[in-house]
Amino acid sequence: MPTQDAKERLELLQGTLDLLILRTLIFGSQHGQGIARAIQQTSQEELLVEHGALYPALQRLEERGWISAKWGVSANNRKARFYALTAAGRKQLVKETNKWKRLTGAIARILGPEEVG
Amino acid sequence: MFGRKRNLDDFNSEIDAHLELEIERLREQGLSEDEARATARRSFGNVLQAEERFYESSRSLWWDHVWHDLRYALRMLRKSPGFTFVAVLTIALGIGATTAIFSIVDATLLHPLPYPQPEQLVSVVDDLPGVGARDVGMSVPEWHDLQRSGIFEYVSPQAFGSVNLTGSSQPERARFSAVAPNYFALLGGVKPELGDLFNPEDQTPGFTLEVVISDGLWKRAFAADPGILGKSLRLDNDLYHVVGVIPGDFHDAGQTTEERNTEVWASAGFAGAPAPPPLRKSHFLTGAIARIKPGLTIAAAQSRLDALVASLQKEFPEDYPLQSAWTVRLVPLKEAVVGNVRQSLILLLAAVGLVLLIGCVNVANLLLARASARGREMALRQALGAARKRLVSQLLTEGLLLSLVGGMAGLAILFWTKAFLLKILPDSLPRLNEVSVNWAVLLFALVASLLAGVIFGLAPALQASRPDLTLMLKQEGRSSTGSGEQARTRRVLVVTEFALSLVLMIAATLLLRSFWDLLNVQLGFNPQNVMAVRVWLPEPNDPETDIYRTPAQEAAFLHEIERRGRTLSGVEEVAVGDLAALPLGHGRDNLNPFPLIFEGLETPINQAPLVNASLVTPEYFHLLGTTLLRGRLFSESDNEKIPGVAVINEAFARTYWPNENPVGKRLKLPTPGDRSTLSWNTVIGVLADARTESLANSSVPQMYLSLYQRTAKDLAIFVRGRPDTAAMPVELREQVQSVNPELPVFGAQMLKETVSDSLSERRFSMEMVGLFALTALLLAGLGIYGVISYIVSARTHEIGIRLALGAQSPNILRMILRQGLGLAMAGAAAGLVCALIVSHFMAGLLYGVRPADPLTFAGVAVLLIGVALLACYIPARRAVRVDPLVALRHE
Repeated sequence: MPTQDAKERLELLQGTLDLLILRTLIFGSQHGQGIARAIQQTSQEELLVEHGALYPALQRLEERGWISAKWGVSANNRKARFYALTAAGRKQLVKETNKWKRLTGAIARILGPEEVG
Repeated sequence: MFGRKRNLDDFNSEIDAHLELEIERLREQGLSEDEARATARRSFGNVLQAEERFYESSRSLWWDHVWHDLRYALRMLRKSPGFTFVAVLTIALGIGATTAIFSIVDATLLHPLPYPQPEQLVSVVDDLPGVGARDVGMSVPEWHDLQRSGIFEYVSPQAFGSVNLTGSSQPERARFSAVAPNYFALLGGVKPELGDLFNPEDQTPGFTLEVVISDGLWKRAFAADPGILGKSLRLDNDLYHVVGVIPGDFHDAGQTTEERNTEVWASAGFAGAPAPPPLRKSHFLTGAIARIKPGLTIAAAQSRLDALVASLQKEFPEDYPLQSAWTVRLVPLKEAVVGNVRQSLILLLAAVGLVLLIGCVNVANLLLARASARGREMALRQALGAARKRLVSQLLTEGLLLSLVGGMAGLAILFWTKAFLLKILPDSLPRLNEVSVNWAVLLFALVASLLAGVIFGLAPALQASRPDLTLMLKQEGRSSTGSGEQARTRRVLVVTEFALSLVLMIAATLLLRSFWDLLNVQLGFNPQNVMAVRVWLPEPNDPETDIYRTPAQEAAFLHEIERRGRTLSGVEEVAVGDLAALPLGHGRDNLNPFPLIFEGLETPINQAPLVNASLVTPEYFHLLGTTLLRGRLFSESDNEKIPGVAVINEAFARTYWPNENPVGKRLKLPTPGDRSTLSWNTVIGVLADARTESLANSSVPQMYLSLYQRTAKDLAIFVRGRPDTAAMPVELREQVQSVNPELPVFGAQMLKETVSDSLSERRFSMEMVGLFALTALLLAGLGIYGVISYIVSARTHEIGIRLALGAQSPNILRMILRQGLGLAMAGAAAGLVCALIVSHFMAGLLYGVRPADPLTFAGVAVLLIGVALLACYIPARRAVRVDPLVALRHE
């Protein structure tokens, strides 16, 4: 059961969804619904992922060759399309992660150490 | 993974799978079926939007756009049939004409000759630049030197001509070529449809007495007899037997249609009878072709050949005097075959390309006019969020659709008129039989159409997709005047059109004037009511069997022919000459060059200047109406019993005896009946120059010798008096064949036609360029008409105000005309500059008129401006008739 109302959750910054998908897939292949769940759970329900936005993103990543997909059967015996990280995707993940860390570091330095609000 | 596209169903079932998984998870958490379903839906968000985004990312969208644009374009074209018709017709004519000319260029200039490894085939040309002689021919020892040189795989002389063919139903003249036994091996890839070809290793010194005949002759003269092999036929009374039949699609490597359509090939070693003894100085082989050894380029072969020539000059100093500077040139065979029409064809292609370009400019103008009418539509669509890229591609699609439909219509026209078009091509065009609409031609048409579409579609597309939205939309229902930029573009287009038309018209006028001058030159002889028919006496290989061997024997025959000819009704005069005496009617293989050795100047024979001589009977001069300036003409008593006499023309006298009286001068010429010795001839008369050799050149040195003193086999019977041409050849043939039934009588032609036929190639390119120029003028006129009409309609309101305020009609008229005049003048000025450049490239095609002829330039410019004013007058008059009240209410 969701512990927070959808309104209070954080909306994703543009471009970060790709990074989160790639990061999620590092633990092995997963279907779309599994990816959505994983992101929500790992972020301790802080992040709002509209499931519908996930699929065009998956499609985009697949076209770029960062992930590969094939139809398979889920743990509870349902048909689902499973996505897996490719070698190119793995490289991209490292790159994007570094970029993200530099960005958040820079923003954190500007905002200062003390808690705001 | 990249190439394969997921379809939408696959994507949708993935979404369904997601929802199912989510519902199941939520139900495990304790929600009811309905609650779970609603929550899963909610957290998924907008399903439709996801689908849409998936769809937009897919490549099939591109096709959808193209398809959509295409359907829209089709709808737009159907909605304005008038515009569509004019545009498609313009493009169809342009593409059709351009493709037609290209198909000729493709067949003649671009295609390799139809033999294997055609790049190894060359024509071997001997020149003596030291004495100003070109293509002097080759001797048999020289031919053998070339064969042994190691440069060539094969070398073969080519001696085109014709022979009397008897043994078939009617004696006839067959096109003949004497070649070396290696000839077909040299060309390569020739498979006989019956029997065999010559054995390339044959070493017979004279003729091998074996002939190969063409499919055409086999069918015509032998009714396609399957047992033809081994059968004998008589060529000039000599017995040959047929060893093979060549398929109908084979065309010989000759320079004229006659040569390419050779019907009988005989192989010879050229060293035994009837050829003269194989002396180094005896250059009787008129031409040779060769196949260079594989791996050797023409340039490499030429440099090795130069070394060979230098060593031969050292070895035989008396045969190759240094001052004559003997050289042997290798010319690519294709060049030798088509070289003389290259310039005309390129001119034609350029001219027709200009017409196409002008057509494109016209259609661009029409499209622009439409674009300004559709300006609001474009603005509205853009305001509603259409991407500029989509609008451009929309308009480009319309342009391309127009041009492709036009191109297809053009091809259709071409296919319908193909037979007619092939008929109007001059016969003398080389490789005429290879002209066809093939894949290369179709590809050319397609590329030309696409290019045309881009040219006339792009400008309006870019213009129309960059409208000032607020301005356009604010105009409400008012008829759009288009932006200033658009009007400027249209003016530039019209100026371009005028410039291009002017260039074409000047080119056409220069050609027309050249042609006119040639038609109206003082011929120096009178072709009116003169008919010539040709008769060939047989030339058997054994002279002993020749019944016309001596001049006296032939003279008896000639007297009889002339006597019988004069008995025909309506005939006033009859004369006989050899083929060289036929004015303007002989090709290069019918020339009869004599070396001249003047008394007091004992030049060696191989350095002597060559002059073409005509053998004629005494009646010839009066029949042709030539003018005697000095001395006397031939008489009956100038026969073989007295020393040779010669009549020369003024040009001959001017060239060799300047400022002297040539009458009584003597010169040595080859002795009749024995061309290896020389004997004296006396000049007895001088004729005024006549254009019997070339219409363009009156001063070609000419010499006439008496047909009663020398023999000739290639005869032309001249008859003056009767304009009725139909019955005459038949009556003449009956008369000749009643003297000797074995003689073929053929090739009847009125001399006037011979004269005009000699201009057939010039006439063809003149007519073509003229036609293109007229088309261009028409298109330019339509173009300026369109622009001025448009300006007038856009200014109706303003003109109405002016009229209401008291402006006079003539002033309004002048105002409109001035605008048109400005455009025309700008176009004419630009065109004159371009024409000056272009006309200099045409100098070789002109006669009697300078490339920068001021009269032509000024005249054409004035004509063009006149047409422009006329085209502007119609809309201008409409402008002054405007009723001010209506005009003011005009939106």
